[in-house]
Amino acid sequence: MGERLRSLLAPLAPFALIAGLLLALPLLQPRARAADGGNAIESVRIQTPDRVKVTFRSPLTPAQSAAANFRLAEAAAPDAPMEIKGVEMSDRVVTITAGQALHPTESYRLDVVDPPIQHDMKPSAWAVLVTLFLSSALINNFVFTRYLGLCIFFGVSKKRDAAVGMGVTFTAVMIFTAMVSWAVDTFALQPLHLGFLQILVFIGTVAAVVQFLDTMLRKTHPALHKSFGVYLMLITTNCIILAVPLINAQGRVSAIEALVLALGSGLGFALALFLMSCAREKLELARVPKAFEGLPIAFALAGLFALAFMGFSGLDFFR
Amino acid sequence: MSETTEKPPGALQLLLNGIFSENPVFRLALSLCPAVAVTTTVANGFILGVAVLAVQVLSSLTVAIARGVIHPRVRIPVYTIIIAVWVSAIDMTLAAFVPALYAQVGLYIKLIVAFAIIISRLEVFASRQPLVPSFWDAMGMGLGFMLALMVIGALREVLGAGAFFGIPLFKTKPLLFFALPAGGFFSIALLMAFFNVLERKLTGGTSKPAAGGHHG
Repeated sequence: MGERLRSLLAPLAPFALIAGLLLALPLLQPRARAADGGNAIESVRIQTPDRVKVTFRSPLTPAQSAAANFRLAEAAAPDAPMEIKGVEMSDRVVTITAGQALHPTESYRLDVVDPPIQHDMKPSAWAVLVTLFLSSALINNFVFTRYLGLCIFFGVSKKRDAAVGMGVTFTAVMIFTAMVSWAVDTFALQPLHLGFLQILVFIGTVAAVVQFLDTMLRKTHPALHKSFGVYLMLITTNCIILAVPLINAQGRVSAIEALVLALGSGLGFALALFLMSCAREKLELARVPKAFEGLPIAFALAGLFALAFMGFSGLDFFR
Repeated sequence: MSETTEKPPGALQLLLNGIFSENPVFRLALSLCPAVAVTTTVANGFILGVAVLAVQVLSSLTVAIARGVIHPRVRIPVYTIIIAVWVSAIDMTLAAFVPALYAQVGLYIKLIVAFAIIISRLEVFASRQPLVPSFWDAMGMGLGFMLALMVIGALREVLGAGAFFGIPLFKTKPLLFFALPAGGFFSIALLMAFFNVLERKLTGGTSKPAAGGHHG
């Protein structure tokens, strides 16, 4: 078993190298510096559902802790401040109660009149990434809520082995194509204002990446290629593979966000395939009305899964 | 990739072929993703249908004109580029003229480039036939796709939102379920089953159920 595993893994070294290089892409990203308005504020923390806890470096005077001294707004709409219901102060800590629910994964802007401070509350990177992952894998599952990739979904979900193979290949290819397309978009299309070439460039990129992976895999590891190669070719024309770069480009996300979105979408698709293949294997034994044989019953089954996946729509660790 | 010697079928037959007997959605089971995705209302189905019709006709015409020049070995990449160019053009046109509708279906319009139905018509028909039959074939397929989307859209909008083309029909929403993602899958299942029954009634039960294709 160990021998076999090693022989399986050894030829993957070039892929690991490329994956490593792709993962290093985020380092190229210029990092935005948060404007925290000097040193007066030590920390700002959102306490669900509607409170902001601001810790100052020095105690405030009673006048400084009046509600009128603070202004809280969503970063997307800094000109429309939200209602501040109340402000409590104890020594250096001020707790502001807002008139609406605050969410730790959203950006807000806090303005203090005296001392004059403008503080941008950025969500923690982890919260954003975990939310993005859950959202792309479960809440906005590509198959069950965005209805993409149905062609492969219905085509490959008849047998469990094929579904697992497809799921694994798909996730791997998704990460490669998403990262390459992200790099092309960020370093070529956006600086040169070639956004209108997006579709053409992305489909070319996807086709090239898939072709590259196919050739590499065939040369370096024929056994692996034998079991997964057939899925590779199917993937080129898949809409999810193309949708992820498009969604990434639309949101102008950072490299790490693009990576997480690709991983989440890939795993979400793999999960959908696996669930569907298990259900369809049982379906073989069921007596299906004649008119529903074949695709119609598969669609009804997918509908039931979609209904179940709606349960994820409220899923949120940070609320 | 050689020209067929037999005379291509007439315009009317080609049109009807695409709309009924080889309807891309219900009969060939091609390009199903958008058929579920954008059909929550008739208007959405209509706009995507128009986009697909335009892309199908324009790229079929392009391929039919250029079919002598395209080398058979590189035909698939060439077709893909032709489709991508037309999709970009339609995408920008719709974004400029109907921004409100485009906001809802934008992603799916971009994804027309990955539709199996379009490239399969180029491969099967436009690359072998002259300009005029290619045009009618593309029209038939595009219209068939558009009608299918509008039928699903109508079913879902009437049942799910109690309206038709945005005009309210009932005071309540009869079956909200059909407006939800799950309802999209069920509507297609029901319509496909309906077409299967229809087919069996018309042909006397000899033909096997549809849903052979697994692409798109």
